[in-house]
Amino acid sequence: MKINNLGYLIKEGFHGIFLHGFMSFAAICVTIACLLIVGSFSILAYNLDVMVDKLNQTSEIMVYVDSSLSDAEARSISTRINQLGNVQKSVFISREEALENFISDHNNNAAFNGVQAQDLRHRYVVTLEDNSLMEQTDSQLQQIPGVAKTNAAYELAEGFTTIQNVLNIASVALIAMLLVISLLIISNTIKLAMYDRRDEIAIMKMVGATNSFIRLPFVVEGFTLGMTGAVLAFGLEWVLYDTLVERISSVDALRLFSFVPFTGDLMIPMLLTFGSAGLFVGIVGSWTSIRKFMDV
Amino acid sequence: MIEFTDVVKSYGHGSPALNGVTMQIEDGEFCFLVGPSGSGKSTIIKLISGELRPTSGTVHVNGYNLERIRKREIPYLRRTTGVVFQDFRLIPKMSVYDNVAFAMRVIGAKEREIRDRVPYVLELVGLENKAKRLPSEMSGGEQQRLAIARALVNNPSTIIADEPTGNLDPARSFEIMSLLQEINNLGTTVLVVTHEKDLVHLFSKRVIVIDDGIVVSDGEGYYDED
Repeated sequence: MKINNLGYLIKEGFHGIFLHGFMSFAAICVTIACLLIVGSFSILAYNLDVMVDKLNQTSEIMVYVDSSLSDAEARSISTRINQLGNVQKSVFISREEALENFISDHNNNAAFNGVQAQDLRHRYVVTLEDNSLMEQTDSQLQQIPGVAKTNAAYELAEGFTTIQNVLNIASVALIAMLLVISLLIISNTIKLAMYDRRDEIAIMKMVGATNSFIRLPFVVEGFTLGMTGAVLAFGLEWVLYDTLVERISSVDALRLFSFVPFTGDLMIPMLLTFGSAGLFVGIVGSWTSIRKFMDV
Repeated sequence: MIEFTDVVKSYGHGSPALNGVTMQIEDGEFCFLVGPSGSGKSTIIKLISGELRPTSGTVHVNGYNLERIRKREIPYLRRTTGVVFQDFRLIPKMSVYDNVAFAMRVIGAKEREIRDRVPYVLELVGLENKAKRLPSEMSGGEQQRLAIARALVNNPSTIIADEPTGNLDPARSFEIMSLLQEINNLGTTVLVVTHEKDLVHLFSKRVIVIDDGIVVSDGEGYYDED
């Protein structure tokens, strides 16, 4: 194939897309759908990763004091807490301070006007020396008389890790399945285009066209379909993710979940993943469908 | 030059399509290949164009040994031969000009070369005034002229015409054969596969007769179906 054919061959490739408009549209839609699902799973898995990392980095345990204890008794527990080997420091937060913090965290929402300090417990924020011993220290804290309960992030982190593992397995299975579906659809679109042009291909072979010359327009067609699907899926993923994150952030009950902004760590990896998936699906899909038409 | 030496071609378990064909067509020759249906004529064309490989024996076409030819060399072999078919095999959506130009584009010719060569070839076959027409707007004879123009445009050393007059009336058939003779006069080897004995007699050229996969006669000017 000579370089002076390149423009002609690329033009032919684009021409093929419009020749089978409906199939091309279907191929792009399926690619978008597949990449959206794959992308959403990947983003969710990534966010869970970040959340678990964050939780693992939290070296604090919240210790709630039994509400039947007097203020003085509650404050005296700090001695026992500080005696534990892994405790770096402990800060006492009275129930009044806890209420103040709670209301200020909720922007002084009037709905909490009726809440009394007596409804809450005195508490300690215990900072640890070694985070990996969190579970052990937590268990020691629970055994201190006067401690009603503790809240250590490791339980939550474990929960997230389980979800993360399930999601990872599901993601791999889904990615494989959806990639195969996209490949088949693009491959079928190209097969249809080749079938439609089979006489032309036979003539090309007859007058001495090389296989690469015959193949290139169809590869261009597959590449364009795959990349168009990838770019549109990327844009849609961005819009959907931003909308979803905005909605979730506005719900107080879901504040525990913090999401990575799309324009931060996600944009470049997603662009690369979608781009390479589109490229792979487009080129492999067209290449495999061409082979059988080459033996003329 | 086309050279078959003791060529056998079998497709399966049945009797071979070619059973020891030996023949030689020199550069610049005009030759008819005749024989009844199923005699092996199409197999010979497929062997010449590299579509098939011989089961045994050797086939040399324009410097290529088809027994040993590599797959990627076949397009280059095909560029040395132009093929014309009974059913024309034109691209209906392309104009006359584009049908011919297409054959040049396919082998990587530059646009400037295409602009120079296509009008010359169209003039050679008498279609210079119909360059913008679609094949469907032309008669059978004109379509076959177009097919010949396409076969000629890459300047092959050999033209193979497979029943080129099969779809044409006697007058148009004569025109097409005359055109092929003119092309031969310009130095191109021409091999015409036909079963129209009137034309064969009229043009009085070398005739190779094949029957049941073997060459039964090879001589000048005349053949008898019996």
